[in-house]
Amino acid sequence: MSFVYEKLFGDKKGMIGFCLLAILILVVFPLMLDSFRLNLVGKYLTYAFAAVSLVLLWGYGGTLSLGQGIFFGIGGYAMAMFLKLEASSPENTAIQSTPGIPDFMDWNQITELPFFWMPFHSFTFTLIAILVVPTFFAYIIGAAMFKRRVGGVYFAIITQVISVILTVLIVGQQGLTGGINGITDLRTLNGWDITSDSAKNLFYFINCFLLLAVIIASRFVLTSKFGRLLLAMRDKEDRVRFSGYDVANFKIFVFCFAALISAVGGAMFTLQVGFMSPSFVGIVPSIEMVIFAAVGGRMSLIGAVYGTLLINFGKTAFSESFPELWLFLMGGLFIAVVMFFPNGLAGLWEDYGHHITKHFRFLNRFYDKLVPASSKEVNASNSVDSAELEGSKS
Amino acid sequence: MGGYSYDELGAIFAMQGFAGISLFSVLLLMALGLAIIFGQMGVINMAHGEFMAAGAYTTYLISSLTETYIPGFMPYYFVFSIVAAFLVAGVLGYLAEFILIRHLYKRPLDTLLATWGLSLIMQQSFRSIFGAREVSPTLPDWLMGSVQPTDMIDIPINGMFVLGLTVFTTLAVFYLMFKSSWGLRVRATTQNRVMSGAVGINTKKIDRYTFALGCGIAGMAGAAFTTIASTGPTTGTLYIVDTFMVVVFGGAASLFGTIASAFSIAQAQSILEFFISGSMAKVFTLLTLVIILMFKPEGLFASKVRR
Repeated sequence: MSFVYEKLFGDKKGMIGFCLLAILILVVFPLMLDSFRLNLVGKYLTYAFAAVSLVLLWGYGGTLSLGQGIFFGIGGYAMAMFLKLEASSPENTAIQSTPGIPDFMDWNQITELPFFWMPFHSFTFTLIAILVVPTFFAYIIGAAMFKRRVGGVYFAIITQVISVILTVLIVGQQGLTGGINGITDLRTLNGWDITSDSAKNLFYFINCFLLLAVIIASRFVLTSKFGRLLLAMRDKEDRVRFSGYDVANFKIFVFCFAALISAVGGAMFTLQVGFMSPSFVGIVPSIEMVIFAAVGGRMSLIGAVYGTLLINFGKTAFSESFPELWLFLMGGLFIAVVMFFPNGLAGLWEDYGHHITKHFRFLNRFYDKLVPASSKEVNASNSVDSAELEGSKS
Repeated sequence: MGGYSYDELGAIFAMQGFAGISLFSVLLLMALGLAIIFGQMGVINMAHGEFMAAGAYTTYLISSLTETYIPGFMPYYFVFSIVAAFLVAGVLGYLAEFILIRHLYKRPLDTLLATWGLSLIMQQSFRSIFGAREVSPTLPDWLMGSVQPTDMIDIPINGMFVLGLTVFTTLAVFYLMFKSSWGLRVRATTQNRVMSGAVGINTKKIDRYTFALGCGIAGMAGAAFTTIASTGPTTGTLYIVDTFMVVVFGGAASLFGTIASAFSIAQAQSILEFFISGSMAKVFTLLTLVIILMFKPEGLFASKVRR
């Protein structure tokens, strides 16, 4: 019991934070918001996958990837390709000159389904592809870069270039990928209508549970020995290397894991929103994912979710009423976060949160009953949050 | 490449080569500024493209002011606008360094985020001031037209002018960085900041002027850019990735590497564009660069520093 508790939630603070987040997204939002807004929050939560992956990769690993959009995009496109093939069954596309292929292919005078679309007729294959393709792609990039000790700034630039290449490729090959409009008009999943409100609400909850699962999995990675090595590598890579660890393999692992998480987010995005386009792959979305993590706190898995929600609420509110102000605000926020709050919302909470939490002391008694005393002692010395504090000081 | 005779192929290569020279000039001017800022100072300036756009907009502004108030001055304004573009972008860079960058020298990855924020603000400012529509200045007559050495080859004059400007700027930067005492101080500061301070170099001042110089050169790139394409609020972002690739591919601290890589990237892009679509040419060029960089991460001409 105590093993599960300390490994999966961190310490007491991690537990409370996790529960609060779960209550917020699973209870408060569905009760408060109408179906349209809930769907919108669902869309934001799919970005949160990428933000959480960047907390692992950048906050703890010290490796900034400006290419999380690549993996978000691969996951999203894989799901979209499956849904598109289902939507373009020969009966639905009888008016085309070649029935049975997606409409944009028909518009681009393509008469045969390209080979790499073929396997996406199978839902099982699609699910496997969503998990395997981005991870494998990340492995190739990671192995090529980290084995040669390319890191830091160069890694950020190269991943950015790869995301540009992917975007240009998708936009340029209109007949194969749907071009700038992306893959749209997705209707059913194995015969089940995904455009209805009930389906969207269901996706919202699947989304929430997956996100919470991802946070727990990431916490598990960070509280393991691997997590300590990750921090050690971030701060003094050479010392870890001289201690006999193969630094490159650890970095490759965390990069692949981050890619996997982002890809799950991308696939959920396609389901939740009902389309996928290159505007979620390139430079701008990839940097926005970084800023979600930065605003939430680059050292806090849960903070990343709040950062994502906050920025996207702000973006929606401002771009509805003052579209021209939004970019100023966003730019100012980038600068302010970097210069004044490098640990983001989570850092602010660390510094000032106790003013609020002192009113909730009664929860402590509840907590004491819940958790055996022995595990708390372990936590006091061996928790991620003590590492988080060290990180924030450096 | 079937279907073309040797003469035609030669002409295509020559024409696309000269078209590539304009791209090469703009890329090289951008990359020179970035090589100073990124290669020497280690600052990832994501707003570099916006400093270029600032130079381009300055040129446009001077052009339309001249056209309205002193039409007789039209043939000469372009030379002045290059200087003005340099100054405007330089002053903006000076301010950016003073307000923003100087707090972040120890956190290179954070300069990336902060300057991205700066670029968003600059883009929106351009949009608010000059509108979302793309603009281009009225070029003086002597910049228009082309020279025809043979029937099939057509060399645009503006390309040659921009090339001349680039050669001049490159030589000036080379002299400034490697022959002048100021350049010596810049290089000393980037190699060992503390030690340079100890021997009496005002490192803060050096940083500020180096950054301003890099941004100013980007402004000149903007003035040159107006001769080949029109300027919009997001023009800068289109070039920033290519520019970073030029600097990284050339080897961050090598001036000669920057020139060589700007030339090869621009020419590869331009010549490929004739045979395959523009987007695929870009994909091939960038992909080749990424693959080469994966095998040779230090770039073409690495500085011989042990790391």
